[in-house]
Amino acid sequence: MEEIERYSRQIILKEVGGKGQEKLLASRVLIVGAGGLGSPASMYLAAAGVGTIGLIDGDIVDLTNLQRQIVHSTADIGTPKVQSAAEKLRAINPAVQVHTYEERVTAGNILDIIKDYDFVIDGTDNFPAKFLINDACYFAGKPFSHAGILRFDGQLFTVLPGRTACYRCLFGGPPPANAVPSCAQAGVLGGVAGVIGSLQATETLKYLLGVGELLTDRMLVFDALGMHFREVGFRRNRRCPLCGEKPTITELRDEEQPVCDWRGTQV
Amino acid sequence: MQIIVNGKAVEAADGITVAQLLVEQKVQTPEYVSVELNGEILDRQDFATTVVAAGDQIEFLYFMGGGAR
Repeated sequence: MEEIERYSRQIILKEVGGKGQEKLLASRVLIVGAGGLGSPASMYLAAAGVGTIGLIDGDIVDLTNLQRQIVHSTADIGTPKVQSAAEKLRAINPAVQVHTYEERVTAGNILDIIKDYDFVIDGTDNFPAKFLINDACYFAGKPFSHAGILRFDGQLFTVLPGRTACYRCLFGGPPPANAVPSCAQAGVLGGVAGVIGSLQATETLKYLLGVGELLTDRMLVFDALGMHFREVGFRRNRRCPLCGEKPTITELRDEEQPVCDWRGTQV
Repeated sequence: MQIIVNGKAVEAADGITVAQLLVEQKVQTPEYVSVELNGEILDRQDFATTVVAAGDQIEFLYFMGGGAR
């Protein structure tokens, strides 16, 4: 049977097997951002046979995307990213149902979208969206993979809302807009997006299969120049404004500042 | 005294505070860095009064956006 042959290299893994493959085919994953992180993440999930993949992104493909957003091709310039990515995913694996949402996530639409999914991948490029995904996943009880990339660095961790540390446990809220240089100024190496997006796909597959140890309560920090991975452990923050003992965020709201990325000097 | 900053052993003056350490480690915009001391995220308002002890493990956690565009 073609389906068994297609997935044979992972079905042979005892942690996957026929039952695990059936789980993947019955799973639904939402990828927010069809860009540098969403490209490798969505392609690996489609290839692995995750049955339903949702893609949300309001942008169109532009020439400067192609250096790292490998799901898009030169011929896709000018096409909505979700449409371009959906075509590639269907070409990789016609059995996958791809749902596209050509819009940005907002406090008004996100809960209605994520309710249909088992796991969410944050592949967005800005802090308001990252906090919005964190908060929405907390209120909806959806596990998700957070990641960020910049220059030669990347970091990611997995959140099981209410059970493990969330993005706000670590960072509270977004940095002010005027403190933050643009994506275009800061730059990023394409391969770094590939590494981190592939790790997000791997975490997603582990979660869906229920195998291994998730990247929770610890952040994996990748430094491509030194070619090091470091792991930083942490715990839920009692003073977290979202999931702490006295939460100040009790409903979903849009964070205001439309920034791209920022970080201090690396130590 | 010796402390561990982002996994590396660093010499620091006795009695140094987290706020002073951020300056000493040349963190450019410390107001946007999260600091973890021995596994606990510190409140920003406590940076100036929290004294670092020998052997403490400190992590500077940076905001990192990027991903889609």
